[in-house]
Amino acid sequence: MSIPLLTVLGRMTLAFLAAIGSVSSFAIEAVRQGVRPPWYRRQILRQMLEIGYYSLPVVGLTAIFTGMVLALQSYTGFARFSAESAIPNVVVVSLTRELGPVLAGLMVAGRVGAAMAAEIGTMRVTEQIDALTTLSTNPFKYLVVPRLIAGIVTLPILVLVADIIGVLGGFLVGVYKLDFNDVAYLRNTVDFLEFQDVFSGLVKAAVFGFLITLMGCYHGYTSKGGAQGVGMATTNAVVSASILILTFNYFITEAFFAR
Amino acid sequence: MDSPKISLRGVTKAFGPKKVLQGIDLDVAPAESMVVIGGSGSGKSVLLKCILGLMRPDQGSISIDGEETTDLTDRGRARVMRKFGMLFQGGALFDSLRVWENVAFGPIQSDGMAPDEAREVAIAKLGAVGLGPEIGELFPAELSGGMQKRVALARAIAREPEIIFFDEPTTGLDPIMADVINDLIVKCVSDLGATAISITHDMASARKIGHRIGMIFDGRLIWQGPVDDIDRSGNAHVDQFIHGRAEGPIRMQVRKL
Repeated sequence: MSIPLLTVLGRMTLAFLAAIGSVSSFAIEAVRQGVRPPWYRRQILRQMLEIGYYSLPVVGLTAIFTGMVLALQSYTGFARFSAESAIPNVVVVSLTRELGPVLAGLMVAGRVGAAMAAEIGTMRVTEQIDALTTLSTNPFKYLVVPRLIAGIVTLPILVLVADIIGVLGGFLVGVYKLDFNDVAYLRNTVDFLEFQDVFSGLVKAAVFGFLITLMGCYHGYTSKGGAQGVGMATTNAVVSASILILTFNYFITEAFFAR
Repeated sequence: MDSPKISLRGVTKAFGPKKVLQGIDLDVAPAESMVVIGGSGSGKSVLLKCILGLMRPDQGSISIDGEETTDLTDRGRARVMRKFGMLFQGGALFDSLRVWENVAFGPIQSDGMAPDEAREVAIAKLGAVGLGPEIGELFPAELSGGMQKRVALARAIAREPEIIFFDEPTTGLDPIMADVINDLIVKCVSDLGATAISITHDMASARKIGHRIGMIFDGRLIWQGPVDDIDRSGNAHVDQFIHGRAEGPIRMQVRKL
């Protein structure tokens, strides 16, 4: 009984290590191709629009409601200790350090990572990627590198916007529902905010942008079979990107704030 | 034969335990049109992909114009690919680009041609396959199967390649459209003076577009010769295939009802 169990565990471990190796070599190849010309500027701009501009509504909505809930929840907790004045600080620090990058990352992973895997996966199964090669165009340079660059550049901008909208959400609830003085709320927000709070969030966003686009491209590029293969690639891209975002979030937080 | 344009020696390729190519030797002369026939899963497409560098053979040598290509660098591969055009079985048109952008893709992205000039080249090539300039503004999804094949052919010849590969060019087309595509292939290959390798199991197409025919069975090239000799090949496998008989040395793995 124990031998089959060990066999299964062994197979799972080997499959896991093989997946890590495969993703790592894909990432190394993408970076290797990314540092050498040519760069397809039109593709990069198109992907920046796709990842950044078209994600603004969903990320903005997530941020404003998160900021509003955060203010409300903090108030119910902090009122017990007469520490209501800390609410602006809690809202802005939570948003810039954690919730802004993580929630924006997860929303973009769902919206963009899935679409990316589906698009590249369909190109793979319909031989469009092979066609690129026969037209002397490196598929990594044309498909993968522009997406990675766009993800790394646009996600920090998206998170910065999300931070501002989230703080606005907290401000609206604080001033119009919890009767905070508007000037005092804003002064508390700005006074307690440190450069590192925002900077760490933006670093996280850049890393998450890389991870989301890497997973979207990897699962699409390596998809096999027909519609089922593309469907699996889409699911895997979102799930793996989400898990990696949460995992890397811990390690980046540890790197910035651990004492 | 002059020094061959394409030369394969002892090419093997396996996927796990399945041996798809088992030592292919093949020479194709400049300006020759070679047709490779064989049943589904016989290794025809894998053979083309190995020559194109889309797959790496396990063993053997593939040379183009005398240059070994199995171990080329990225830059070397891009240089050799400049000689190739390829018509894929399903067309493989880029569905996010308009028809003219598909045809002009190689000239713009790989040869650095200005878009306006490339657009004129694309419209001329579309004309060469019997499509008007108005088709250039459509997206591939708006075209019929036959028109998609023609656009794919226009894209394959847009850079005036020295070598053109055709992967099942008539599959999925009605007999009349298939003949139109065959005529276009013959015309384009002869106009360019290109070397061609086509893979097909459509014998009408093979007879029309080929100078020579080779048959792959079980990963081996079991017969090759001029197209006129195909009916007197003296090979039982070839006879069974060209006449489409269920009975013969080639056994399909079909369970009896």
